[in-house]
Amino acid sequence: MTVTETLKRWWHQLGSPRWFYEISGPWQTGFAVLALLLLAIGTVWGLAIAPMDYQQGNSFRIIYVHVPTAIVSQTVYMLMGAAGLVLLVWRMKLADMVLAAAVPFGMSMTALALFTGAVWGKPTWGAWWVWDARTTSMLVLLFLYFGLYALRQAIPRNEAAGRACAVLALVGTVNIPIIKYSVDWWLTLHQPATFKLTEAPSMPPEMWLPLLLNVLGIYCFFAANLIGRLKLTILERESGTRWVRELIAGRSP
Amino acid sequence: MSFASFGDFLAMGGHGLYVWLAYGSAAIVVAANVLSVRSARRRFFRQARALERQKAAQAARSVDSNQMPGEETK
Repeated sequence: MTVTETLKRWWHQLGSPRWFYEISGPWQTGFAVLALLLLAIGTVWGLAIAPMDYQQGNSFRIIYVHVPTAIVSQTVYMLMGAAGLVLLVWRMKLADMVLAAAVPFGMSMTALALFTGAVWGKPTWGAWWVWDARTTSMLVLLFLYFGLYALRQAIPRNEAAGRACAVLALVGTVNIPIIKYSVDWWLTLHQPATFKLTEAPSMPPEMWLPLLLNVLGIYCFFAANLIGRLKLTILERESGTRWVRELIAGRSP
Repeated sequence: MSFASFGDFLAMGGHGLYVWLAYGSAAIVVAANVLSVRSARRRFFRQARALERQKAAQAARSVDSNQMPGEETK
């Protein structure tokens, strides 16, 4: 078999919901265990062991919830944009399922990032909410998630709903660089990024290490959660097929 | 350890309300994400099994009354 043939077969398998359902179980468990470990260590470290910030005091500890949730909410959106592209170009069933299954997690993380931001803003800026570039563009992200969720509910036919969601997810990715660079392009109250690719963090390691653990932990949590939701979506959409009926029969007491 | 006592830890230097609101809401969101998938999965299998039983009962009934399966739907 030539390389292109192998790649082609692989690509086809990747689009097969049954194949994904059967191989993904151990991955889900692995990511869940990793997430639990990373989040437990990162949270205890950040909450009780890391030193307090000399300017912000202990309210600074909100960073260990706020930054991971804000980062993952944007990554989930980018993943949905990519899934939307794959769906529009190759009509891959699994891409449509990713597009549907990632929405609840991303939406809840965006809401959590906004809420923890408000709770952090009150003692730091003196206000629960300010209309600055970063907070406003994150609010737009939340509305994009609402839109994707509502669109899926509004169109009963899977194929049409998938295509509409793919377009919305793709168009909405424009918002992601706006969120990222909002603290550089506009004058804002929001502090600049803690982690940058080009520079070392300005915090000491005992402050940023737990943050890194929580960021990695929330990514693992997302992976486990996405696999769980995908498997459920696969069961629902393939419920008429023989392999799902056999699976149901195999589980009955 | 950054705190002298458990009371200090809860008070968070006067920022206790904000810190615990943030961590509490995060715990709720994480739990909701885990539990919603788990309960939806259970619901799917429960409903699918109920549907199978219903079909089996229907098939048994149509055999009892000496009908061909599916005849009554004509």
